[in-house]
Amino acid sequence: MIEKDKLYSIWVYLQAEPLFWLTLTIGAYLVGDYFYRKSKLFPLINPVVIAITIVSLVLLGLDVSYERYFDGAKFIHFMLGPATVALAIPIYKQFRFIQKEALSIFVSLLVGSLFAIISTFTLCKIFEINDQLLFSMLPRSATAPIAMGVSDLIGGIPSVTAIITLLTGIMGASLGTFALDLLKLKDMSARGFGLGLAAHGLGTARAMSRNERAGVFAAVALGLNGIATAILVPLFLKVVNLF
Amino acid sequence: MGEAVKKIFEIRIPGPVIGLILLLITLILLKRIKTKSVSNLKKEVADTSTYILRYLSFLFVPIGVGVVMHFSYLENNLSKVLFIIFISTILTIGITAFLMDRMNKIINKNDRKR
Repeated sequence: MIEKDKLYSIWVYLQAEPLFWLTLTIGAYLVGDYFYRKSKLFPLINPVVIAITIVSLVLLGLDVSYERYFDGAKFIHFMLGPATVALAIPIYKQFRFIQKEALSIFVSLLVGSLFAIISTFTLCKIFEINDQLLFSMLPRSATAPIAMGVSDLIGGIPSVTAIITLLTGIMGASLGTFALDLLKLKDMSARGFGLGLAAHGLGTARAMSRNERAGVFAAVALGLNGIATAILVPLFLKVVNLF
Repeated sequence: MGEAVKKIFEIRIPGPVIGLILLLITLILLKRIKTKSVSNLKKEVADTSTYILRYLSFLFVPIGVGVVMHFSYLENNLSKVLFIIFISTILTIGITAFLMDRMNKIINKNDRKR
C-alpha cells in the first residue's frame, strides 16, 4: 500500500509539471514517426495523427483538462511563430515566377482572397452561425499557422480554425480539380493558383502531384494568400463593423 | 521582431506574418548585394528556416489535441460548417483560376501583337 501511495504522489508531482506534457507530446510524435518510417512512408499513417491520438487518449484516460496540457505544450505552440516567419524562404525561392506574371497574379490573388472571405462571411450569416465560430472560419483559406494567428487576433478559437482550415484543404484538394475541369480550364498555372489560394498546403500538394508548373503556382498562391488573408480579414471586419 | 513592429504601428496583423513580410523584403533587397558575409548570412537563415519547416507538422500536435478536445463545440454546427466550406472553397478555386486563365490569355495575345 505504501508503494502505491508513493507512486501516486510521484504522479501528482509529475502531472503538475508542464515539462511532463511537453515530453509526452514529443514522445508521442516520435512513436508516430517510427510507425511512419516502418510503413515505408505510407501516407495514411501520418505521424501527426498518431501523436494527436496518443496524447488525446492519455488526456481523456487520465481526465486531464486541455488547459493543463496546453500549459506544457505551449512551448511547442510558441514555435509556430518563427515557423511562420520561415515561410518567407520558400516564397522568396518562387520569386522569379511572381515577377514574370505579376499583374495577373496580383489581381487573381486580390479577387480570390476577398471572395473566400466574403463568401464565408455571407454563408455564415445566412446559416446563422455564431460570431465566435464565424471568426474562426474567416481566415480558413490561409495556411494553418497564419489562419490560426488571424483567428486568435479577431476573436476566433485557434484550434477550431485549425480543423476548419484542414477541412478546407481536404475539400479543395479532393474536389477542386472537378470544378476546374467543369470550367474547362487548361492553363496549368491558373489551375495551380486556384488550388493553392483556396486550399493552401493540401491544394498545393495536389497540384504538385499533377503538374510541376501547377505546383509552382500553387506554392506561390499559398504564400501570397497567407499574407493577403492576414491583411484583408481584419480590414474586412473593420469595414463590416462600419455598417 | 514582427511582434515589436506590431506594437509600434498598432496594426491588426499577426506578428509572425509581419515578420514573414519583413524577412521577404530583406531578402529581396539583399539580392543585389553579393558580398561574402551577406551570402553566408542568407545561407544561415535559409538553413534554419528549412530546418524549422521540416518539423512544421510536429508543431501542430498541441492544436490537434485541442481539436479533439473541442470537437463537441463544432458538433452542433457540423453539417452547416461543412456545407459552407464546400461551397465557398469550390467557388473560390473556380473563380480564381478562371480569372487568371482569362488574364493570361489577354496578356499572351498582347505579347504576340508586339
